[in-house]
Amino acid sequence: MVVKVYGPVRAACVQRVLLCLLEKDVEFEIVHVDLDAGEHKAPDFLLRQPFGQVPAIEDGDLKLFESRAIIRYYAAKYEERGPKLLGKSLEERAVVDQWVEVEAHNFNDLVYTLVLQLVILPRMGKQGDLALAHGCEQKLEKVLDIYDQRLSNSTYLAGDTFTLADLTHLPAIRYLVNDAGMGHLVTQREHVNAWLQTISNRSAWKKLMMLANY
Amino acid sequence: MVVKVYGPVYASSKRVLVCLIEKEIEFETVPVDILKGEHKQPEFLKLQPFGTLPVTQEGDYTLYESRATMRYYAEKYRSQGTDLLGKTIEERGQVENWLDIEANRYNPPIYTLTLHILFSSLFGFTPDQNLIKESEEKLAKVLDVYEERLSTSKYLAGDFISLADLSHLPFTQYLVGPMGKENMIRSRKHVSAWWDDISSRPSWQKVLHLYAAPV
Repeated sequence: MVVKVYGPVRAACVQRVLLCLLEKDVEFEIVHVDLDAGEHKAPDFLLRQPFGQVPAIEDGDLKLFESRAIIRYYAAKYEERGPKLLGKSLEERAVVDQWVEVEAHNFNDLVYTLVLQLVILPRMGKQGDLALAHGCEQKLEKVLDIYDQRLSNSTYLAGDTFTLADLTHLPAIRYLVNDAGMGHLVTQREHVNAWLQTISNRSAWKKLMMLANY
Repeated sequence: MVVKVYGPVYASSKRVLVCLIEKEIEFETVPVDILKGEHKQPEFLKLQPFGTLPVTQEGDYTLYESRATMRYYAEKYRSQGTDLLGKTIEERGQVENWLDIEANRYNPPIYTLTLHILFSSLFGFTPDQNLIKESEEKLAKVLDVYEERLSTSKYLAGDFISLADLSHLPFTQYLVGPMGKENMIRSRKHVSAWWDDISSRPSWQKVLHLYAAPV
């Protein structure tokens, strides 16, 4: 059964799911959702995701939403196949969960706001709030200092192997560095920089970049 | 090895406490005074570099982020106490789905309401009335989705209680109690029944009894 992933291939949250499926070699089909046309707020879509957001998946009878819930599900379902995205023990898994939560609560909102103000709104012909963006940048500096400290004694965020903790960061970091011009936040931090180089070099990420036409 | 939970009186920590009690796991607590800024002191930052609560320790093993901690103990003690992760991988997928909804949709507006309505004078800032109004509207929309969900499902992840339900307890308790916004729950028939069900659990009553909130 092919997993159907609903959402545009360029949306960060959708990419989080696609990346996990690529890492685990799970076949999928992308069902495009036109956000500009408001397709995600149409009654049909709301039956699938009642908060009107992407992504949502359908896998036979199973329907799920929330990208980090979806990646946890597939990482567990296909634990025996491909990279150990949940770590090698329950204790490691909890540290993976911890850093996925950190990404969701301490990292994602700052990056999202920055990208919205500096990239998305201007693309729509609207004025971004530069002061707000700058505030986010300053907060992100402090957060990335903590990441740099962590990565100075751990090759990957949750330990010595690549896990969901690292994977979950890739889509938003790409927006931050490539689209919002905030590469200095990464390159100025030796360990964050090395970590990003390593995880962006994975073949699943490269496949996703091709799929998304970057 | 005894489980130690730091900062038990705060809402986020109570997610972990209620989970430990449901799983019949013994624990100790270590007070942390947020008003005195203890969570921003160097010793605490060694445990939790982002300076937030809770932190949970078992010997050398330290975990933070309340929902990560809940998941760990619910899985580690799968065979004892209440089953909080569903019975199959698919059921667990639903638990993860709704736990993330609590974290990403429910918690942000209710956290803002809590901070501005209950903690502004303690922390010495003026509550932002516009933000309060916006947050209440956002929360109302989320609760409408919950009302629909709970009209066809006894609990959020399915017909079984799970971490997804328990995760809502601490901040919702603030909402119906000291924030005086019980009507947001009571005006929604299925949300109301669900709230009565989960908040009357002995585990939650024990948390409320043992660890009085700072407001």
